[in-house]
Amino acid sequence: MALLEIKNLHAEVAGGGRKILKGVDLTIDTGEIHAIMGKNGSGKSTLCQVLAGREVYEVTEGSVMFNGKDLLELAPEERAREGMFLGFQYPVEIPGVSTSYFLRAAVNEVRKHHGQPELSGVDFYKMVQEKMDLLEMEKSFMNRAINEGFSGGEKKRNEVFQMAVMNPLLGLLDETDSGLDIDALRTVSNGVNKIHQSDKNKAILLVTHYQRLLNYIVPDRVHVMIEGRIVKSGGKELAIQLEEKGYDWVEEEVAAKA
Amino acid sequence: MTAVLEPTNSFVKSFEKTPGHARPWVNDLRGRGMDVFKQLGFPTTKQEEWRDTNISAIANATWSPAKLVTGQAAFDLSQKYSFGKAAAAELVFINGHFDPHLSAVSNLPKGIKALSLEKAFESDAALLETHLGKYAKIEQHPFAALNTSFVREGAFVHVAKGATCEKPIHLLFLTLPGAETAVSHPRVLVVAEENSECSVVETYAGSDSSVYLTNAVTEIVQGKNSRIDHNKLQQEGNAGYHTALMQVVLEGRSLFVSHSTSIGSKLTRNDLHVFFGGENAEATLNGLVLANGEQHIDNHTLLQHEKAHCPSHELYKHVLDGKATGVFKGKIFVQKDAQKTDSKQTSKSLLLSDTAFMNSQPALEIYADDVKCTHGSTIGPVDENAVFYLISRGLSLAQARHLMTYAFAADITRRIKIAPVRARIEDFMTALHGLPQDLRIADEARHDVALL
Repeated sequence: MALLEIKNLHAEVAGGGRKILKGVDLTIDTGEIHAIMGKNGSGKSTLCQVLAGREVYEVTEGSVMFNGKDLLELAPEERAREGMFLGFQYPVEIPGVSTSYFLRAAVNEVRKHHGQPELSGVDFYKMVQEKMDLLEMEKSFMNRAINEGFSGGEKKRNEVFQMAVMNPLLGLLDETDSGLDIDALRTVSNGVNKIHQSDKNKAILLVTHYQRLLNYIVPDRVHVMIEGRIVKSGGKELAIQLEEKGYDWVEEEVAAKA
Repeated sequence: MTAVLEPTNSFVKSFEKTPGHARPWVNDLRGRGMDVFKQLGFPTTKQEEWRDTNISAIANATWSPAKLVTGQAAFDLSQKYSFGKAAAAELVFINGHFDPHLSAVSNLPKGIKALSLEKAFESDAALLETHLGKYAKIEQHPFAALNTSFVREGAFVHVAKGATCEKPIHLLFLTLPGAETAVSHPRVLVVAEENSECSVVETYAGSDSSVYLTNAVTEIVQGKNSRIDHNKLQQEGNAGYHTALMQVVLEGRSLFVSHSTSIGSKLTRNDLHVFFGGENAEATLNGLVLANGEQHIDNHTLLQHEKAHCPSHELYKHVLDGKATGVFKGKIFVQKDAQKTDSKQTSKSLLLSDTAFMNSQPALEIYADDVKCTHGSTIGPVDENAVFYLISRGLSLAQARHLMTYAFAADITRRIKIAPVRARIEDFMTALHGLPQDLRIADEARHDVALL
């Protein structure tokens, strides 16, 4: 069953700015892992931001259905509550707000949305402890301010940790592998796999530049994005081809078809 | 031209009616204060230092000296602001009058005194005569001159050589409704001798909707290698006026830390002057202003670097909503002998409405050639990147904005060492923004409690 169905999605910088997405088509079924690869500036991150509801981008054409709902009609917080999670390429530092407070508030917003009772401090702490172990987070972490003073790698690990805590249906991970050393990459990938396997309905969309990540998180489908469109899709072997040969041959293939 | 005051002015009249003090030098001090005040008159917006703060509402009102109020109302208000056992001593002043029944001074360690000024005129006459009125430059500050002409009551804190005190000394100045348009002139003197260490908190609070003026002067003089952590918490009632000059004088290797928080009042003008009188003295001035409605909060600071090798750090943050106005003018003055001065000044302001207004001006006056002085100022709305980050996790837009505002202020509050001061500000913030108290990040121990 399609969890996410993007049809002919066009988006530009709000207020008549640069056109970035120029007709994206993408369907992700429940339980699948997809990867989008592409050069810098091809629109991969914009796609993630548009799906999460970033208002600096304006959707001008197309449709997005998420778990049976019209995603584009939902406010960003409603998308999160419906089970969409964006792991940011550049997570924001928020000094002065503890991670524990922030995450508990977020989890409880989702629970309220689904008519579930809010988690008490004790229950939340128990739930979080397990996720912290999964991602090998330091004990002091929950008491620290959100991302404050974290290294690039720590921030990315924190994004995946947050995903584990939020337990979304669809995780969008925007270049989560960049900035991670090899050990952290292994831990984080292991975390993503565990989250994915925890429920057969969960799906993951990875945005990455490197095939390396896909050795750890094996995708069902790999897509190539060029100039705001998905121009080629294939299995995991496509990622290996891209790693070896770059993107030029895909561009040539597209040009030949046109 | 400044207007020389009419003899019909309510202050001049009440000065003439004030009975003389038993100590002649106090009468001299008062007399000098009134002479200067008469000379200067009330400041107007034509004067550079007062350009952004119009105090004509104060100048045009008729003020009468605030009278002592006792009973349940005084008790209740003092309880509301009391630090209880968290303070080494708590001196409570109601409408400018010391109330011994509401005060507690029994927990003070050896070598540390905290008592009402009126008592200190008897018990510590020599120290007072040496220090009181010797530092505040009344010629440059009409309100300080006015305070000086009514010097009578307030607090005297003496920290003897080598003495230290872990808990803070809390000076609580409360105003209760009595006669309308009542004025009090609290006076504080802190003398910290060599190698001593102490925390002092001045809280100013009053009931809402009564028009009053608190006109305070604080003088702090620090001996070599002494450390003072000073906190000022201004939570005056919403119709109250607050004017204050704090003059700090530092000897070599001494350390002064100020946390000045302005929450209440209709109009506040704080002047905070630090004089570096010895090498390697250091000062940190942190300020937080949380204003809304039509509040006007003005903070003028002066870091007067007279000696070499003195670092100073200054961070003032404003959160302004409604039609509130904030003024920050930070002057750094570096005399030619003050080589190797290292001074950093930062002003950051968060505007939560289109009608709030912030005026931030650094002023550097440098006569030495080997110094490092930097300043920076930002004024803007809530960071939308951060707001998006929060709402993308399911928080509502309003929640995210509140959280960002809290976080902006927490940058200051978490630097405050005195737990009850921090708690008071955080309580105010969480109540204002409808946030739960377990938001606090202040320290790990407390946070664990909140979490479990």
